[in-house]
Amino acid sequence: MQQIINFLIRNKNFLLFAFLFCLSLVFTIQSHSYHKSKFINSANFLSGGIYESASSIQDYFHLKTYNKQLLEENARLREKEARLYTITGSSDSLSIYDAIESQFRYIPAKVLKNSYSKTDNIITLKAGRRDSILPEMGVITSQGIVGFIEKTSTKYSTVLSILNTNFKTNAKLRASEHYGTLEWNGQDPNIMTVIDMQEQAPVKIGDTIETSGQSAIFPKGIPIGTIEEFELDNSKNFYTLSVRLFNDMTSLGHVYIIENTDKNEITTLQENSIDEE
Amino acid sequence: MKNSILVNSVRFISLILAQVLIFNNIDFMGYINPYPYILFVLVFPFNANRSLYLVIAFLTGLTIDMFGNSGGIHAAASLVIAYIRPIVLRLTFGVSYEYNAIKLPNVTFYERLIYISSLVLIHHLVLFSLEVFNITNIIYILKKTLFTGIFTSILCLMFNILFSSRQE
Repeated sequence: MQQIINFLIRNKNFLLFAFLFCLSLVFTIQSHSYHKSKFINSANFLSGGIYESASSIQDYFHLKTYNKQLLEENARLREKEARLYTITGSSDSLSIYDAIESQFRYIPAKVLKNSYSKTDNIITLKAGRRDSILPEMGVITSQGIVGFIEKTSTKYSTVLSILNTNFKTNAKLRASEHYGTLEWNGQDPNIMTVIDMQEQAPVKIGDTIETSGQSAIFPKGIPIGTIEEFELDNSKNFYTLSVRLFNDMTSLGHVYIIENTDKNEITTLQENSIDEE
Repeated sequence: MKNSILVNSVRFISLILAQVLIFNNIDFMGYINPYPYILFVLVFPFNANRSLYLVIAFLTGLTIDMFGNSGGIHAAASLVIAYIRPIVLRLTFGVSYEYNAIKLPNVTFYERLIYISSLVLIHHLVLFSLEVFNITNIIYILKKTLFTGIFTSILCLMFNILFSSRQE
């Protein structure tokens, strides 16, 4: 007994080191699998508050870019509205919107902290449970997809960026219904890859890739990027595509969070059918 | 003693804020971010209690992890350099370290360079191995360690020379 205590006292620094090192390894491994709960994240009042005050200063320098993006988005929406007007032929084009109840609700939010140079990137937003933000909601900008909500606190939330090796979603060609899996290899923040695209798909360089709407997170048809190059994989059955993103992930100012109001209904339905199997 | 606690607290807060607000956003050549916050771990008093020093180094790294959403990689890397610091000190400064006679402001530039850059490289190697977490990308890890290490070492040396008053 005496010897054990002596041993502990003699090696207390090494034991302390080993304990703390294991603890940090646990945190690290948790951060590599996104659905585990995390203790250490930036959606808390201290880091959120510091990022908020820093970003309110930086905002002034970005006003010009934000204005330009808003103008472009406005122009695009106006064009869409005009097209809808010609199709319906109704002078009151808004009435068509009133008739349809939208499945998706868009909540604007400000980016407090963006990151893109690491292998697993996380973005911090100034919007939390107070603004009815919940985990697994999609995040987009007017140009394309950004990621989905990972953690929320009362006032802040973190986003699992598309530039994260844990991120995966379905993507399809705009021209046809062939789809594959969109993921990131952890290197260039402008390039993503789509794997497992059927060999029959009419793939052309320069074609647009968009979200497929198969998951309950993103609605169908949100732009992702254009095909830069493609090749058949080893099995010769599937294409692997390199996609250049529309979104400049290195400069994000304001984003939209997508709430799918039918999500509960969809997931309950899917769970029920799995139970029955 | 009071003075030492105050000096270290001020150094801790200012280095963390500088790291989080300025140096995490540099992204030189796309992926190079220096980590001068480890200067806090490097210049922490050499005669301090060993266990306390390990815990403080761990918490320093964990604070950076909290801001950067990086799990525990900075905590692990800071802990490693805190644990092996006595070995590096003995290798660079020789016997004068054994007699507790060494003060960082008084050593030669060459010794300072060796001490800082060796610990910085070890820190970055642990950091990027855990960040990438994939042994097949070993070339990428080494490349990132080397370039970021040079950048961090230069910054640490600059800060160290600028903010240290020479004591006789």
